[in-house]
Amino acid sequence: MSILEIKDLYVSYGAIRALHGISFHVEEGEIVTLIGANGAGKSTTLRTISGLLRPDRGEILYDGEEITRLGGDAIVRRRLIQVPEGRRIFAPLTVLENLEMGAFTRDDKREVQASMEWVFELFPRLKERLEQAGGTLSGGEQQMLAVARALMAKPRVLLMDEPSMGLAPILVEEIFEVIEEINEQGVTILLVEQNAQMALSVAHRGYVLETGSIQLEGLSAELARNPQVREAYLGGG
Amino acid sequence: MLKRLKNPTGYFILGGLAIFLVVQILLSAGILNNFWRGIIFWGAAITMVTLGLNLIFGFNGQFSLGQYGFYAIGAYGAADVTYRWVHEDPSGVVVVFFGLWLSLLLYALVSVLLRRFYGITVMTKFTAYLLATILAFWVAVKVLLPVLGPVTMTLLGALPEAVSQQIVFFIALLGGAGLAGIVSFIFGIPVLELGSDYFGIATLSFTIIIKVLLDNTDTLLPFPEMKGARGMIGIPQWTTWPWVFGTFMLVVVVMRNLLHSSSGRTILAVREDERAAELVGIDVNWAKILPFVMGSIFAGLAGGIRAHDMAFLHPQSFNFIQSFNPLIIVVFGGLGSMTGTILTGFIWIFLLEGLLRLYLPSGFETWRFVVYPLILLLMMLLRSEGLFGEYELPFLRRSALPLRRKVASEESEEVA
Ligand SMILES: Nc1ncnc2c1ncn2[C@@H]1O[C@H](COP(=O)(O)OP(=O)(O)OP(=O)(O)O)[C@@H](O)[C@H]1O
Ligand SMILES: [Mg+2]
Repeated sequence: MSILEIKDLYVSYGAIRALHGISFHVEEGEIVTLIGANGAGKSTTLRTISGLLRPDRGEILYDGEEITRLGGDAIVRRRLIQVPEGRRIFAPLTVLENLEMGAFTRDDKREVQASMEWVFELFPRLKERLEQAGGTLSGGEQQMLAVARALMAKPRVLLMDEPSMGLAPILVEEIFEVIEEINEQGVTILLVEQNAQMALSVAHRGYVLETGSIQLEGLSAELARNPQVREAYLGGG
Repeated sequence: MLKRLKNPTGYFILGGLAIFLVVQILLSAGILNNFWRGIIFWGAAITMVTLGLNLIFGFNGQFSLGQYGFYAIGAYGAADVTYRWVHEDPSGVVVVFFGLWLSLLLYALVSVLLRRFYGITVMTKFTAYLLATILAFWVAVKVLLPVLGPVTMTLLGALPEAVSQQIVFFIALLGGAGLAGIVSFIFGIPVLELGSDYFGIATLSFTIIIKVLLDNTDTLLPFPEMKGARGMIGIPQWTTWPWVFGTFMLVVVVMRNLLHSSSGRTILAVREDERAAELVGIDVNWAKILPFVMGSIFAGLAGGIRAHDMAFLHPQSFNFIQSFNPLIIVVFGGLGSMTGTILTGFIWIFLLEGLLRLYLPSGFETWRFVVYPLILLLMMLLRSEGLFGEYELPFLRRSALPLRRKVASEESEEVA
């Protein structure tokens, strides 16, 4: 059984339909990437899975349970955690408080402390800035904080929306290393990326989304060789 | 014992006790006359209303102009209970008391029931709770009142009047506050989904509707004793300093404990960023409903206290323009500062209704709503964080999640 299974999902914003019946699945322990151009519907997909949007039609199964109409908080409690696009951290709160908020749904104090240690190992930079207000961090640091905060919820599945957005190349490398590291620790990852090259290099499988429908799917290596994908997302050649 | 009192809580209790005794002595000795007594009680009432607003707007970020509507509901609700009682009619006591508990019971049932279904829309939720409320009060009026009315009359009648009066007053205050809570709950379900700006407009309309209803209590509504636009007279003057002090402290302590609890965290987190709050697993709807209902209960309670001090209620005192009073106070005292609200609330009434009324020509009345907004404007320009900024008395200070900080970043408004 897949840990996450999306079946024939239709989602609209008012009269505008953003997803036209997409289906895909993520197996436990995998990194799966969803690539596609601007406006393809990648963020919409993640927002629907994490309960921020309601689909018109279709089903979302998580670990065999239908979660299609659960609220965002109920989904977080099931350890299905989204790192939102565009660094949605609590700007006025310190780094430490942001991390604490991430563990809001947990009451196992000891294990929260362990997660905190782990997060500091992954992002030593954050540890140096515990008392700094989140909003005053650099863009890259904020991105790290957003990922770190999500990890504080002890995810089983992590939904990541463009974690490399706006980062300098060296930081991009760093964040993808962290993604692999998180995955090695047993967290399943659904990764949305504009940076298809990087995404395909860490992911096991991938799906290509175009204007609300899935056009292609396959192992990352296959997709990376696919002429269509190379043309559209990997800068030709 | 002494050592244990030497923490913030100890100082708070001692300080409170001292204030209570000093005022009580000054009142008993006649040093504070009726005018100043009224000012103190009024100050306490306005401060309770404003603490409620601070919870809703300052701590939770939902811009509300509804406080005076709930203040009015509490005032008229409580006054009707005691008015009927002193006219040998137990219906107010019975209906309000049992209607409240029945409503709560039915709400619990409805919420369990609703949880069994996926994808309940807001309007369904709203309708379910509204019907539950109507059912509760229908049962209270049609079923319980005929039976329990005479019983209540006999039971309370058997007690010495001084005692029964206090019990009835307690139920009246509870009833006024409870009604405000119920109405805010039902109203809040659909309206809090709207987002802060629309919420402001909706709550403004709410205050206006309440005022119009109060103008017509004797014609549109079946409450001839409220006498519509002529004003309700003959409310027993039962508010005493212990009641004022007791309810005031209750509001302060409940609000403080709420803010320091884990619900308090959710309340603040929602103010900072609703989306982010939802993503860390906070039930955003609840984190908005809870402070809204609590804040309205505070206003309702204050209404009951005020009504039984003035002994007279007029719809004009709950005009929507009045609902800018708590707004001005809360901004003055500092959004998100309980201490600021408390100090500013009392100072406001003391200065404007006390000193200035004594020493300024009566024409000042006409000008106040020109002067206040100007002061507010100046305040915004010169000291936007409020007079007291984020200062809190040690007892009220929270250690976990601090209040809004100044953030030097311009990009906190990025949209996902
Ligand atoms: N809040 C909204 N209201 C209306 N339309 C929206 C909204 N959010 C997204 N859309 C539309 O839905 C479509 C899919 O948007 P989505 O954000 O999912 O794209 P995306 O694949 O994440 O793009 P990007 O790579 O630029 O982030 C777009 O056409 C977009 O204009
Ligand atoms: Mg996107």
